[in-house]
Amino acid sequence: MMALQDIIKRSLHRSPWIVHYDCGSCNGCDIEVLACMTPIYDMERFGMINVGNPKHADILVVTGTVNQKNKDVLKSVYDQMPEPKVVVSVGICAASGGIFRECYNVLGGIDRVIPVDVYVPGCPAKPEAIIDGLAMAARKLEEKVEKKRRAI
Amino acid sequence: MITKVLAAAFFSVIISTLAGGILTGLDRKLTALMQGRCGPPVWQPFFDIVKLFSKEPMVVNDFQVLAAFAYLFSEILAVALFALKTDLLMIVFIMSIGSVFYIVGAMAVRSPYSQVGAQRELFQMVVYEPLLMLVLVGIYFETGSFNISGIMEREPLIIQLPLFFLVLSLVLDIKMKKSPFDFSASEHAHQELVRGIQTDYSGPYLAMVEMAHWYELVVILAMLALFLASHVVLGILLSMLVFFAEIVIDNITARMTLKWMVGFSWCAGILLTFSNLAYIYIRR
Repeated sequence: MMALQDIIKRSLHRSPWIVHYDCGSCNGCDIEVLACMTPIYDMERFGMINVGNPKHADILVVTGTVNQKNKDVLKSVYDQMPEPKVVVSVGICAASGGIFRECYNVLGGIDRVIPVDVYVPGCPAKPEAIIDGLAMAARKLEEKVEKKRRAI
Repeated sequence: MITKVLAAAFFSVIISTLAGGILTGLDRKLTALMQGRCGPPVWQPFFDIVKLFSKEPMVVNDFQVLAAFAYLFSEILAVALFALKTDLLMIVFIMSIGSVFYIVGAMAVRSPYSQVGAQRELFQMVVYEPLLMLVLVGIYFETGSFNISGIMEREPLIIQLPLFFLVLSLVLDIKMKKSPFDFSASEHAHQELVRGIQTDYSGPYLAMVEMAHWYELVVILAMLALFLASHVVLGILLSMLVFFAEIVIDNITARMTLKWMVGFSWCAGILLTFSNLAYIYIRR
């Protein structure tokens, strides 16, 4: 039984699928997220795939500030993901609202709407930092499974 | 007797699971290398499958569960029947039943992406099923048997039916959903219609669908190897060569339109089959 649990945890760690949601970013961070897939950074060597469908994803990567218009969309994307799931906020806008924090339509960081597990700072965040954040998120996935098992 | 048959079927399913996973992993690795990337390890698909099985099941429509199970089990049955050297026609029919369940399962949900993906998959089926049937007809013409054991006794089919081999390779390309035929859903790194036909299969059900794809791949590759059945190793090498060619084609072509697929596949397929049949007739 333990061996099976270990295999499951290892698999979760080794194959985190990512869905990227752009919450009204300036596209700086989006381009850096996409740069993670290029030959130089190649996040697929860690088994990370960029999927377009929240139902297949384990990690939600969010860039940009959350505002009154897209908060429901963000919540909906988060709710559509099956457990276990983690959220990575990329860039300073997703973390706190950044320079747009005081705008009349901006709520602030995405943690006002959904729980965030990993914050990747930067304006824009570097691809190395994003991949590091995703690796940390993959470890958190493992921890979540472990916590759930303990609870049972 | 019956235990022997069951054991053979069981082992063939285990081996084809491993083979299917490794082949898919190899596909991803080679694709990555062709694109100048490092790529995931070869056993990555097994991680994906285990992970998907451990995820929370999310069902939009209960019928999807039945569809995923039916798809998986019909493909497993096809693999087992192939290993037991039974009727080739039967194997193809069982595979089509699985594909039909896959499509109906995607049609059962209201997501427009899933619906359009299912329509396109149906189109792909309309294109490759007649070609597959024509290949079987060609094999029957040459060997006088639909039975795999009967076919394997004959001299290598590839000498008499080289063009049928090409048609079956075309079928494999359409079945694998690789460029230029990636309409209904795309393989791993690509995206089409969100995830096309697989949009609403998630968690364990997506894992079942993926595994069913592995078995499909193994059966079609085994059919290709059947063209050189008297030299098993050479036959397997030949089918691997075709598999490699499919990966190359995937990386050097772009997605085309459905209309183009119908035109190209039927024209090429029918032309090739008929010229090969004419050749067999003249030789007789």
